[in-house]
Amino acid sequence: MQEFAVILVSSILINNYVLVQFLGLCPFMGVSNKLESAIGMAAATTFVLTLTAMASYIVNALVLEPLGLIYLRTIAFILVIAAVVQFTKMFIEKTSPLLYRVLGVFLPLITTNCAVLGVALQNTSKDLNFVQSSLYGFGAGAGFSLVLIFFSAMRERLASADIPESFKGAAIAMVTAGLMSLAFMGFSGLV
Amino acid sequence: MIELIAQNPILAALIALVGLAIIFGALLGFAAEKFKVEGNPIVEQIDELLPQTQCGQCGFPGCRPYAESIANGDAINKCPPGGQATINAIASLLDVPAPELDEEHGQESPVRTVAYIREDECIGCTKCIQACPVDAILGAAKLMHTVIADECTGCDLCVEPCPVDCIDMLPVAETLTDWNWSIPKKPGQLIATDTRGELSHAHTQGGGA
Repeated sequence: MQEFAVILVSSILINNYVLVQFLGLCPFMGVSNKLESAIGMAAATTFVLTLTAMASYIVNALVLEPLGLIYLRTIAFILVIAAVVQFTKMFIEKTSPLLYRVLGVFLPLITTNCAVLGVALQNTSKDLNFVQSSLYGFGAGAGFSLVLIFFSAMRERLASADIPESFKGAAIAMVTAGLMSLAFMGFSGLV
Repeated sequence: MIELIAQNPILAALIALVGLAIIFGALLGFAAEKFKVEGNPIVEQIDELLPQTQCGQCGFPGCRPYAESIANGDAINKCPPGGQATINAIASLLDVPAPELDEEHGQESPVRTVAYIREDECIGCTKCIQACPVDAILGAAKLMHTVIADECTGCDLCVEPCPVDCIDMLPVAETLTDWNWSIPKKPGQLIATDTRGELSHAHTQGGGA
């Protein structure tokens, strides 16, 4: 039990994929303009991350390792990710057409979210078992959701704040992301 | 066979990747069948909210084309037959603010109307028949026309083309089939003694809800 808590805390806060490892910055900047779409994106990405962590563990343990094809990990995992994202897209289109419309092009772009590939690759290099790696995937998704929702909430307030002309738009977003990253660095050494 | 694969890493790699691709392809094909979406569900939902008069006052040939246009981001306040109620319903479906009805497309009439042709004045020009979007007008060239009242949606598109102005828009009379109990106006009027405080408050406010 304690082990699971350690995995969750470490993947959500200490090794946060966005702010500490700097993976998955594209949706972090792209979908954080509106809180609502950020929440939808966070949920979709968490779903994809958890499923990918499970599926890539199975592919790695049952296909790649017995055949001695570890060097094909990257290409095999990209295959897994593309399939999972396509599945998520169909699932969302069926269950929530509104969310599907809001996410638009960012939904298929989860495929190229490097946090997803990063989780799959790190899981295999850390020698985690099935439960641990799926929990790790979920933790990475939860960490991504946390910072994406925080960041979009801040950007909504920044939109109406009195910002100097030269800092408006992307510049102040970058500065904010940098400050958030500094804050998250403070978690290192927690466990 | 297995030995052959074990001795040829390239063969093993090919078989593994092609196998994975086939498995994922099959899973996705199955999912596509299971999560099939017919048409655009958003369009269906908007189309259900529109009044289905097919009047064309929004500038589209009917309610469904307008629903498709709304789904692609068109303004939602172009439907006079639906009025403010329809605008509010679509706004809450799409989670956008509800604008006022666009006066450019017509005004909302408070009662439902049907077209009525004063038959002794009709010259049989068939212009109103061509204008009617729901084929509710019966008649032939140089013969008298008349309106099938049950089919008429009250869109008043036939009024404009009539050269002798013999078409009136009459309010629909209440019949036994469409009569409903009128809703009590406010709870204060049901049991006056229970809500005396509210009642006197409502009087000072000039009616209330």
